[in-house]
Amino acid sequence: MLGSLLSGPGFLGTSPEMLALFAGFGLVVGVLFGFFGMGGSFLVTPALLMLDYPAPVAVGSGMAFVFGTAVIATLKHHDLGQVDYKLGVIMITGTTIGIEAGRASVYYLESMGLAGGVISVAYVVLLGGVGAMVTRDALKGDGGGGVDHEATDKDLDEYEIPEIAKKIQQTVRIPPMVTLRGDVRVSAWVITAVAFATGVLSGFLGVGGGFIRMPAMIYAIGVPVPVAVGTDLFEIVFSGGLGSYLYGQGGGVNLGIVAPLLFGSALGARVGSAATAVVDADEIRVYFGGMLLVGSVAVGIGEVGSYLGNATLELLGLVLVIGAAVVVAAAVLYTTVTSLRVTRQQQTSTAD
Amino acid sequence: MAGLEIPSWDPETALLIGAILLEAFVLYVGYGGLERLVGPYLMDLIVGGNASAR
Repeated sequence: MLGSLLSGPGFLGTSPEMLALFAGFGLVVGVLFGFFGMGGSFLVTPALLMLDYPAPVAVGSGMAFVFGTAVIATLKHHDLGQVDYKLGVIMITGTTIGIEAGRASVYYLESMGLAGGVISVAYVVLLGGVGAMVTRDALKGDGGGGVDHEATDKDLDEYEIPEIAKKIQQTVRIPPMVTLRGDVRVSAWVITAVAFATGVLSGFLGVGGGFIRMPAMIYAIGVPVPVAVGTDLFEIVFSGGLGSYLYGQGGGVNLGIVAPLLFGSALGARVGSAATAVVDADEIRVYFGGMLLVGSVAVGIGEVGSYLGNATLELLGLVLVIGAAVVVAAAVLYTTVTSLRVTRQQQTSTAD
Repeated sequence: MAGLEIPSWDPETALLIGAILLEAFVLYVGYGGLERLVGPYLMDLIVGGNASAR
């Protein structure tokens, strides 16, 4: 049923209805990415799988979308001086090999007819795990599970290296040792191991992997938060570009999907990023966690529907995934506009 | 396609990835320009007054 929507006249084999859906979904995903600093690609691959795209196309197009998003975000972070190019270059090798290992796994599973199911189950675990973590931290008031936008304004010298990172730096001293920004000295092998592990995840699921790579950079390598954010994006440009190329060679990248997604997300990311100057992300992070949990359940429902051949369950899963994202993005925009109006009224009253 | 691969040169795929890269650059510059041009007007429209309220 859903597959019938995929064919028909339009741009690059994608029907006008689907182009509009992708652009709109991209806008929503962009708002979430720009505001929370994560989650840019969490929902794209599962949504494509639920739209009956083959697993390599869903993962490959998801990765190409991440690549395009990373290019745009890196240009911004480069201007802010938040990219450690030395760390990024060292990570590229490990991530690239990891992505290739993940990609090979997808095609291997696809040859056995298991790729869609295994990837969906992995997404259920991933979305559920990250969603539970973000929700728990938000309820505790830690504000964890994303980028601390205020933190990015601090001086790099003000950041303390986490204890666990200090311990790793003192314990693992396998040469060559490298010195990174913020006076961090660490074994290149630690960096490569972190890069490889997150690369496998990226290649297998078509995600940027920033939600794991960033904490890993901070807690395993000891990189200051703003540098971790900027370097992660810089690194995704290369590894994601190469991963997209590899998937593209196997026909896994559909420009009719990626182009409208990117068109919408680039605009949404600007809006979401601007909203962080008005609204404290911690206030609505609990909804973001809830969205990931709903996403996890939705992917599970969609997969059960696919297994049973029940089109209604598949559609319900898709509606839940997209609906949860739309609700949270709408909450971000509504809170932002409300805060702006309140601020303006206060300024008007003061002026009077 | 299963198994680890060393990427080989494929002009068609390179063009595809190049098109995504080009789109990203165009969107970055285009939306940046658009934001400067119509941003203040849109803020007035949405917030209902002076954009400097931010």
